[in-house]
Amino acid sequence: MKTERRSLLRNKGVQSFLAALLCILIGLLIGYVVLLIINPAGAWEAIKTIVENFLYYPSPNAQLRYLGNTLVKTAPLLLCSLSVLFAYKVGLFNIGAAGQYVVGAGASLYCALALGMPWYVCLVAALVAGAALGAVSGILKAYCNVNEVISCIMLNWISLYAINTLLSNVKEGASPYTIQLSTGNPGAVLPSLGLSELFGGNRYVTIAIPLSVIVAIFIWVLLEKTQFGYELKATGYNKFAAKYCGMKEKRNIILTMAIAGALAGMGAGLFFLTGFEQWSTTQSSVPAMGFNGIAAAFLGGLNPVGAIFSSYFIQHITNGGAYVDKTMYSAQISDLISSLIIYLCGFVLFFKTTLNNRLDRRAEREAARAKAEQKGGEA
Amino acid sequence: MVLLIQYTLIFASVLILVALGGCFSEHSGVINIGLEGIMVMGALGGALMMKFLPADSNAFMMIVLVVLASVIVGMIYSLLLAVAAINFKADQTLVGTAMNLLGTAAATVLVKAMNTAENPDNVSSTIQYIEAKKAFIVNIGGFEFNWFMLLALIALIAAYVTLYKTRFGLRLMACGEHPQAADSVGINVYKMRYAGVIISGMLGGLGGIVYITAGVSEWKFENGVAGFGFLALAVMIFGQWKPTRIALAALLFGLFRALANVYTGFDFLNALQLPSSVYNMLPYIISLIVLAFTSKNSRAPKAEGIPYDKGQR
Amino acid sequence: MEQPYAIEMLNITKRFPGIVANDNITLQLKKGEIHALLGENGAGKSTLMSVLFGLYQPEEGTIKKNGQVVQIKDPNDANDLGIGMVHQHFKLVECFTILDNIILGVEPCKHGFLQKADARKKVLELSEKYGLKVDPDALVEDVTVGMQQRTEILKMLYRDNEILIFDEPTAVLTPQEIEELIQIMRNLAAEGKSILFISHKLNEIIEVADRCSVLRKGKYIGTVDIASTTKEELSRMMVGRDVEFQVHKEESKPGKVILEVDGLKVGSKSHNNDAVKGVSFQVRAGEIVCIAGIDGNGQTELVYGLTGLEPLKGGKILLNGQDITNTSIRKRSTMGMSHIPEDRHKQGLVLDYTLEDNMILQRYFDRQFVSPLGFLKRGEIRKYANELIEQYDVRSGQGPVTVTRAMSGGNQQKAIIAREIDKNPDLLIAVQPTRGLDVGAIEYIHKQIVAQRDAGKGVLLVSLELDEVMALSDRILVMYEGEIVGELDPKTTTVEEMGLYMAGAKRKGA
Repeated sequence: MKTERRSLLRNKGVQSFLAALLCILIGLLIGYVVLLIINPAGAWEAIKTIVENFLYYPSPNAQLRYLGNTLVKTAPLLLCSLSVLFAYKVGLFNIGAAGQYVVGAGASLYCALALGMPWYVCLVAALVAGAALGAVSGILKAYCNVNEVISCIMLNWISLYAINTLLSNVKEGASPYTIQLSTGNPGAVLPSLGLSELFGGNRYVTIAIPLSVIVAIFIWVLLEKTQFGYELKATGYNKFAAKYCGMKEKRNIILTMAIAGALAGMGAGLFFLTGFEQWSTTQSSVPAMGFNGIAAAFLGGLNPVGAIFSSYFIQHITNGGAYVDKTMYSAQISDLISSLIIYLCGFVLFFKTTLNNRLDRRAEREAARAKAEQKGGEA
Repeated sequence: MVLLIQYTLIFASVLILVALGGCFSEHSGVINIGLEGIMVMGALGGALMMKFLPADSNAFMMIVLVVLASVIVGMIYSLLLAVAAINFKADQTLVGTAMNLLGTAAATVLVKAMNTAENPDNVSSTIQYIEAKKAFIVNIGGFEFNWFMLLALIALIAAYVTLYKTRFGLRLMACGEHPQAADSVGINVYKMRYAGVIISGMLGGLGGIVYITAGVSEWKFENGVAGFGFLALAVMIFGQWKPTRIALAALLFGLFRALANVYTGFDFLNALQLPSSVYNMLPYIISLIVLAFTSKNSRAPKAEGIPYDKGQR
Repeated sequence: MEQPYAIEMLNITKRFPGIVANDNITLQLKKGEIHALLGENGAGKSTLMSVLFGLYQPEEGTIKKNGQVVQIKDPNDANDLGIGMVHQHFKLVECFTILDNIILGVEPCKHGFLQKADARKKVLELSEKYGLKVDPDALVEDVTVGMQQRTEILKMLYRDNEILIFDEPTAVLTPQEIEELIQIMRNLAAEGKSILFISHKLNEIIEVADRCSVLRKGKYIGTVDIASTTKEELSRMMVGRDVEFQVHKEESKPGKVILEVDGLKVGSKSHNNDAVKGVSFQVRAGEIVCIAGIDGNGQTELVYGLTGLEPLKGGKILLNGQDITNTSIRKRSTMGMSHIPEDRHKQGLVLDYTLEDNMILQRYFDRQFVSPLGFLKRGEIRKYANELIEQYDVRSGQGPVTVTRAMSGGNQQKAIIAREIDKNPDLLIAVQPTRGLDVGAIEYIHKQIVAQRDAGKGVLLVSLELDEVMALSDRILVMYEGEIVGELDPKTTTVEEMGLYMAGAKRKGA
């Protein structure tokens, strides 16, 4: 019985889950303390609201509809987190998911609104644009030794300004927002295939959601079951060994960044092609989606399947933040909590080694005791 | 033209301060991607000080107190990196990224909370400091001299002397290059790394307040510092982790950043009819190109980014 | 009565999870003597020294200096007691000057500002007194390994250390430099310094030491006077059984040319000159050709050039008569070249992969292990790994699914050798294949290499260990500053002659 429990604790998946749970709890706790400091009166109510999210609404139909809203934003987040974790498996920190997401949004909206393309072309355009931007970072890393973190960040800003300029061509007259997809080009809206009925008639619920889960599983298979995944992970763990056995390191770096970029770009396509939001051409900061992807990736233990759940959780509290009492708190409190969670994810490695050391020591003590007992028995 | 020089100098001052901060941290062996977040927190500290000091305060007092507030807040915030990276051996890129997001989020939440507390209808994340800002500026015939420029110059000289002429600098750099060697001669690597990160927090925090007061007289904290922390990192790499070269790189980058503010004042630039976003992009594009050419022979501290573990040798 | 012992470590026991690294060890160092500490890798020498330096606290035992019990909690305490050490891997900051390295930690200062002038004077005096030639203003990365070692010795002398510890100091030196070092050590002992000399090289211990303490598997075996012992006895104490110094092998019967190298040039990472300057040689089937030389004379780059890890600047390589000058690493490997790399952790293994995944590192793309759609055939991989594990006796905790990081160095190396030999190569390039291994593993690996030769393969062995070179090779090529300066026959040459070539004092035709 006891040994069973211990071997469960030894399991990598269980450890990741425990670590994630701990990060979430501490993150929420600190968030709660911050709320208390700002205004003790409504703090408990507010943290409850954030965690409840759509359950805030009394009617089941409204609940479903707003669950739908959360899911609509979970799909792009999941893809961004896949983008981050895929690159991380190869030893690259893709902080550029944010920029790749931006160009994905730009490409899909431009194809939809300026060129009048159908949704699948727009989606492919988003994918290609993201891949191209990712590849730029990859090329700079492979051939010029530019740290991918720095180049990604520069590209994030460059993309933002470039896409703002590009999409100014397809914005509504006076407002800074791009034209509504449903009026500008209904053919570019992702098909729903009846999914919207399932979510209380939420028309933004489309194939994007199942598609994103399929992509997550696809990435898992790619990493764990294929020759390509074997190569990529070997490169990530030890690039010298990868080179020694003849893997093409530079090609793999570029390919990885391109795939990561494609994932983030596709995420943007899956979001903006639902028509849920319009792009504001005057926004002066890079959308947080890509950065939240980092949180989701690490919270999910860098596992594509884990990322499905962690992405949902991050989006759940982000959406929940929108419901807090605005006379006391701001919606950014959820950003605060999710960034705290990323920070805490930094301690996961320490948590796991400490846990393993504890288990080792205990196992050793027990082995020693067993030995002593045995000796005693013999004597 | 005067305006261009003025903006170049003030932006260069920001970059010098923050890049030097990064330089200290990295020489001790800790990569500080979180400079952006540190800048935001430093800016918040300074801005709050300006907001709450009576407007008729003595200018000197104003400068000293605002600088102190920024430096202290930046320093405290940088401890988040130090604890995670040095004691808990966390992934420094991950923690830095988290600090950047946290900085903006925390500052926004805080400022909004204060604004709504004062006036329930005010949900903005803006702090105003029109009056207070005047204390920092001396008008010299159309050229607005900012005391921060002098501060940056002092920091530059101090950094050079500290790194190359003092015991502290020698030991700090040893920790970033070969921590095992430093440890073997009795230098406490953990302490030195703490020192490096804390100095980067101080300089980063100071850079933050300089940045938000450089152009305008109010600041929306939702925007963070618009990637300036990262630009400073690029300056540091371009400057090959050496103070004098960092200063030159900062001037170059400052010039391109200043163009975005003042390009309308130049007829030939107006004639080009480029959209304003081109000028906004310019510093980032330039730094990307510069990095592509200079990164091949990088002289980064050898042990940077690698957590030091006493047991491992 | 005067205390005869400068430092005493009495009944030291230090445990780590799973092992007792030091089990009741006693070491007594007399004043003014050169005392050798002998033991295999993993015998507990490093742990004992770490205890002496306060890096580890022992569970049991005491340390005495001049008869007084002392507490050593960190390296500062050790330094205060006058204990200094030249580490096997030098602890020097490469981009600092020699002077900065010497003063680091004990900098002369005024108000925190460095005062280097006094320090320079003291360093120059010391360097004069003991014959330790250094250039105080040169950067460490620019000077020779010999000068780096002298810098390390000066570091101790600058701190007025009385007890000097040398950890495997001869590994990186030529026989002539070793002579010089031995002379320096004798001078230091004559000046009253006490020297502890850590080594596993019996010849050097016999030559320089007064007494020798032996450790084996964490236990203290004994201390002997060098004057009244033999090399054989020392080795028996070290290994616990008789060791054969000679590798048994038949006369080689070279066949056709496997590898032909013509005018090979490879650039250098650290300086602008070429690291390999036009090297030509051949390796035939059924012979072991050995590249000897001091570390850093272009051997690494030569191997990188041969295996394709580094692009060539000139020259030609033929493998079995086919031109492979510009072919990729992968192609060379599939054409019949195997490579046991210099650094098994850095290159030879993906430490976070399981043993089975490492076993297929050179063959994962083979149809045997991967389906046409690119999926790995896990069952086949497991079967293959189990075969290799059995055949080459690779031991690990959980067999094929053991994470390689958790395995011992000897078994890690066995895994690499199994993988590389099982590829059935025509040419086996083995670089430092026995580095850091114990005698049992070394014997095993030597046997495997000779077996490959006898099976008609060509073997190119790169080694820094002269004993290994003499024991294994059929032909010796000596490399010096990127050139092959001599070809020697191990049956007729001596270590001294080889040393002259290695130091550049003698060359072919000159």
